Amino acid sequence: MNRTDWETVIGLEIHAQLTTRSKIFSGASTAFGAEPNRQACAIDVALPGTLPVLNRGAVERAIRLGLAIEAEIAERSVFARKNYFYPDLPKGYQISQYELPVVKNGTLTIQVGEGESAYEKTVRITRAHLEEDAGKSLHEDFHGMTGIDLNRAGTPLLEIVSEPDMRSAEEAVAYARALHTLVRWIGVCDGNMQEGSFRIDANVSVRPKGETRLGTRREIKNLNSFRFLQQAIDYEVRWQIETLEEGGTVQQATVLFDPERGETRVMRTKEDAHDYRYFPDPDLLPLVIDRAWIEEIRANLPELPQALRRRLVDEHGLTRYDANLLTASKELADYYLAAVAAAGQAIAKPCANWILGELAAKLNRAELDIGESPVRPEHIAALVQRVHDGTISHAGAKKVFEALWTGEGTDVDAIIEAQGLKQVSDESALEALVDAAIAGNPKSVEEFRAGKEKALNALVGQVMKASRGAANPQRVTELLRRKLTA
Amino acid sequence: MPAIDLDRIAELARIELTPDSAAAFRADLERVLALVDRLQAVDTTGVAPMSHPLDLPQRLREDAVTEPDQRDALLALAPAAENGLYLVPKVIE
Amino acid sequence: MSAERLLTSSLRELAAALSEGRTRAEALADAALERAQSLQERLNAFITLTSEAARAAARAADERRRGGNVSLLSGIPLAHKDLFCTRGVRTTAASRMLAEFVPPYDAFVVERLAQAGAVSIGKTNLDEFAMGSANEHSHFGPCRNPWDTSRIAGGSSGGSAAAVAAGIVPVATGTDTGGSVRQPAAMCGVTGIKPSYGRVSRYGIIAYASSLDQAGVIARSAEDCALALTAIEGFDPRDSTSLDRPAEDHAAALAATDGRLDGLRLGLPREFFAVEGLDADVRRAVEAAARTYESLGARLVDVSLPRAELAIPAYYVIAPAEASSNLARYDGVRYGYRAPDYADLDDMYRKTRAQGFGDEVKRRILVGTYVLSHGYYDAYYLQAQKLRRLIAEDYRQAFDSCDLILAPTAPTTAWRLGEKDQDPVQEYLQDIYTIGANLAGLPALSHPCGFDAAGLPIGCQLIGPYLAETRLLLAAHAFQEKTDWHRQLPPL
Repeated sequence: MNRTDWETVIGLEIHAQLTTRSKIFSGASTAFGAEPNRQACAIDVALPGTLPVLNRGAVERAIRLGLAIEAEIAERSVFARKNYFYPDLPKGYQISQYELPVVKNGTLTIQVGEGESAYEKTVRITRAHLEEDAGKSLHEDFHGMTGIDLNRAGTPLLEIVSEPDMRSAEEAVAYARALHTLVRWIGVCDGNMQEGSFRIDANVSVRPKGETRLGTRREIKNLNSFRFLQQAIDYEVRWQIETLEEGGTVQQATVLFDPERGETRVMRTKEDAHDYRYFPDPDLLPLVIDRAWIEEIRANLPELPQALRRRLVDEHGLTRYDANLLTASKELADYYLAAVAAAGQAIAKPCANWILGELAAKLNRAELDIGESPVRPEHIAALVQRVHDGTISHAGAKKVFEALWTGEGTDVDAIIEAQGLKQVSDESALEALVDAAIAGNPKSVEEFRAGKEKALNALVGQVMKASRGAANPQRVTELLRRKLTA
Repeated sequence: MPAIDLDRIAELARIELTPDSAAAFRADLERVLALVDRLQAVDTTGVAPMSHPLDLPQRLREDAVTEPDQRDALLALAPAAENGLYLVPKVIE
Repeated sequence: MSAERLLTSSLRELAAALSEGRTRAEALADAALERAQSLQERLNAFITLTSEAARAAARAADERRRGGNVSLLSGIPLAHKDLFCTRGVRTTAASRMLAEFVPPYDAFVVERLAQAGAVSIGKTNLDEFAMGSANEHSHFGPCRNPWDTSRIAGGSSGGSAAAVAAGIVPVATGTDTGGSVRQPAAMCGVTGIKPSYGRVSRYGIIAYASSLDQAGVIARSAEDCALALTAIEGFDPRDSTSLDRPAEDHAAALAATDGRLDGLRLGLPREFFAVEGLDADVRRAVEAAARTYESLGARLVDVSLPRAELAIPAYYVIAPAEASSNLARYDGVRYGYRAPDYADLDDMYRKTRAQGFGDEVKRRILVGTYVLSHGYYDAYYLQAQKLRRLIAEDYRQAFDSCDLILAPTAPTTAWRLGEKDQDPVQEYLQDIYTIGANLAGLPALSHPCGFDAAGLPIGCQLIGPYLAETRLLLAAHAFQEKTDWHRQLPPL
C-alpha cells in the first residue's frame, strides 16, 4: 500500500482572562491569589435573587482586541446561558455569547520559523466572545470530598476562536505566541499562563494531502504553555495518523494532555457530549456598542506589533529578525522606541544592537524584565550618541554601560568624565603625538609609502599607546594618512 | 408529537425520578406538551423572536471593586464547608 | 386603634391616625401580628411571622415620628411574599429546597419599604417558587381563601392576597410572572397591581422566569396600591433590567382628579369574552363593571386580541424554559437543601433536586429542559418567542384604538382545594387573561367588581400600555369611589 501524505489541520480556541479589576457580572475583585472564596460574592456564588450587571471594562477590552485583529465589532451582541451542572459552576449555567458574539471575522498575521525558511501567514479569527470563568475544584482530599473555590467564578474571559488555518504545530505555536504578545501589548490580558490567564484549546485533525474536507477532529483542552501545545499537537497528530494508517477511525472527542507521559487521553466522546440548551439570558439585555465608543477606543490603541515591525524594517533600517525580537513585547518595543526617540532615528540600528545585545544578555543573566532594567532607554541613547559623535570608543562605551548597570553612575557624560573615557579627537592635541610617531618609526613610514597599507596600523597603534588609549583612532588614522601622503 | 425521552430530560435536569413518579410525570408532560403544541399551527415566517419585553440596550457597570469579602457569612449557608471551601462529593476529572 | 379598625382603614386613614397620635406603630404591629396568629390555622397565609423584628421596627418608627418628618408609610404594617429575600429572616420560596435559607441581604422592594418606615410582620405563603395559580403547591401547605376556607386563595401570591383580604395587613407585596398578583387579588376580593416590566427592581426576588417576573403590590384599594407602588418604584443599578427613571407619585395624581373618566376609551377584547371556560357570573360582573366605567364617562370600544388563546402555550414554553435554568443553582452545594444519602456527585444532584423540589416545580423544570433541548429548541422555544412578539404586537395595535383594556382577571372564581390539582393543564388554562401582560411587559391591575352566586369575589382586570400605571390606578380609583365591592369583608 502506498504511504499517504498527511496534512495536519489545527484551529485554536484561546481563553484570555481580561485585566479588569472586578468581575464581569459582579463587583468582586479579580486579583489572583486570594484565600479561597474571599473574592466570591453573593452574585458569584449564585445566591437566590442576585442578578448580573455587565462590566464596562470587559466590553472595552473585547472591543480593543477586536480592533487589534481588524475584526468587526458587533453593533448588537447577545449574552446566552450555557446550561450544565458542575460544582465549580454556581448558577448551573455559564453566561457566554453564542449566536451573536461581540467580535467577528478578524485576522492575525504571524511569522513562522527563522532565517531562510521563515514565512508570514495570516490566520483568520472567526470570533471572540465574552463569557464568565468558572471556579476551581481542588482535588486534594477532604475526607473523600472535593473542595470548591469560587474566587475565579465570574472572572471575565474573552474566548478567541480561530479558523482551522494552521497546518503544523509550529504554526499553531506561532499563532498562540503572536496572540499572547498582542493581548499583552494592548493590555487586555496579563498573559500569565501559570496563573491560567491564557489557556489554549487545540482542535486537531489530519487528512490526506489534497483532500478538501476536514478530518474528524479531537479537541485538546486546557493547554497552559506553548511547550505543551507543541508536544500535545505533535503527539495527537502522530496518534491520529497511526490510527488511520492502521485502518482505524478517529472519533470526535475531547482529550486532555498529560505532560508527564507526553500523551493525550480521552475525557469525553461526542456520544456523551453535553446538551447545553443555550438560550438568551433573560437577566441581560442585548449589548449595544455605538460607533463613537469604538472610535474612542481605536484612537487610544497603541501602534500594533505588526505595523511597528514593518516600520522598524522600512524606516529604522533594522533586519526583520531584529524587528521581530524588539516587538516580542510592548515593554521592550516601548523601551527601544524611547531610546530611539532620544538618540535620533539615524542611529536607531546601534540602539537596537545595544538593547538586543549587551542589555538583553545582562537582563537574561539577572532574570530581570525589561521594565526592571537599571539601564534606562535614555542611557542607551546617550551611550550610542557618544560613540557616534566619537566622544568614546566602543570599548569605552562598554565601560560606561557597566557603570550604568551596576549603578556606579547614572549619567553617561559624568561616567565618561569620571572614568576618563573621552577620546582625544582634537587635531591640535593629536598632532604632536602623530608627529612623534612618524619621527620615531621611520621603518613603518617607509613601508606605508611603499604601498603597504598595514604599516599604517602600526603607526596608529603607536599613537594610541602614547595617548594611553584616549586618542580617537579614526582621527589618528585620518591625520597620519594626510601627513604621510602630503 | 414524538415520544418524550424522559430519562434523558430528567438526567439533563438532574432530577431523580422513581419508576412510579416517572409514569405520572410522563403523563403530565404529555398533557403539557399537547397544550403547547398549539404553537406549531401558527405561521411565524419572518417574525423575529422576542426574548425580552424591554427593547433597550444593556446598561454597563463601571469596572470597580464594590463587593467586600463576605466569605464567612456565605459559607455559613453551605450544607458542607471546610477550610474556606465548599465541599462536594469527590469530582472525578 | 383596634384590629377591627385596622381591617377597614385605608393607608391614608392609618397614616392620619398615626400622625395625630390616635395610635402607634407598635399597636398596629401588635394588632396585625395578633390577627395573623389567630387566623394562621384557618388560612395558612404566612410561612414565617417575625414578631420580634416587627415590634422593634414599629418602635423605631414611633421613635422617628417623635423626631419629626416621616413618610406616609411609616409605621404601617405589611407583609412580604416569601419570594422576596429578607436579611436575617428565612426566605423559603415555599420550597423544601430553601426551608432553612436565611439571606444576607434584603430585596430592593423590601429595602425600599423598610426605608419608608413600613413594618414587615412576616413572610406570606405562595406556590413553590411562584409556580402555580392556586397557592396549593407550597411546601408549607396550601393557603386558604378568607371568603371560603375550603377554597383556594389563588396564586402564586395567595398568602399576600389572603392576608390583605383578611384584614391582617393593609398592604402586602407580591410578584407576578403570569398573573400571580392579579389572580389571587381577584380570588380574595382585593386590589393588586403588576407594574410594567422594569418599573420595580427584581434584585432580591427569587427568580422564576426572569423576562416575565415583576414585583407588585396587593392592597384594599387602588389608592393604597398607588401609595405602596410609588414606594417600590425607581432605578436600581443591581438589576440590569431596571428602568432608569424615577418613581412616579401615582397617589398625587389620584388625589388631583374629580373622579370622572370622560374620554377614556376602554377596550373590551372580544376574544376574551368568547373564552369557553368563562363563568357566567364572572362575565356578568365584568360586563356590569364596564357599564359602571361607562357611567363615569368612559367609552367602551370593541378591540381584538386575535392571538389571545395562544398566550397560554407561549407562556408555558417560555416560563418553564427560563425556570429550568434559573432553578439549576439549587444543587445542594452552596446553600439550601442537600439530600442526606447519595452515591456520588451526580447522585447528590439528582436526589437533592428530587427531594428538594415539589412536583409542580419539577414538572416545569422538566418541560423547560425539554423545550430547550437539542432538536426541540426551534419548534418550541423559538416559536414561542415569535408568538410572544405577535402577542405583544396585538396589544400594541389594540392600544391604537383604546386607552386601557378591560377584561376578567380569571375565568372563574376561587375553586375548591384539590379540584384542579390532578391535571396541571386545567390550572394553566386559568391564566388566559393575565399572561398576555407578562409576555408583553405591560402594567395591569385587578380590582373587585362583584360576587358570584356562591358569594365569592370576582376580579375585573385593567391592562394598560407600557408605563401607564397612573392611568390604570386613576381608572380603578374612580371605579372604587363609585362602588363598594372593595369594601366588602370576608365572613371570618
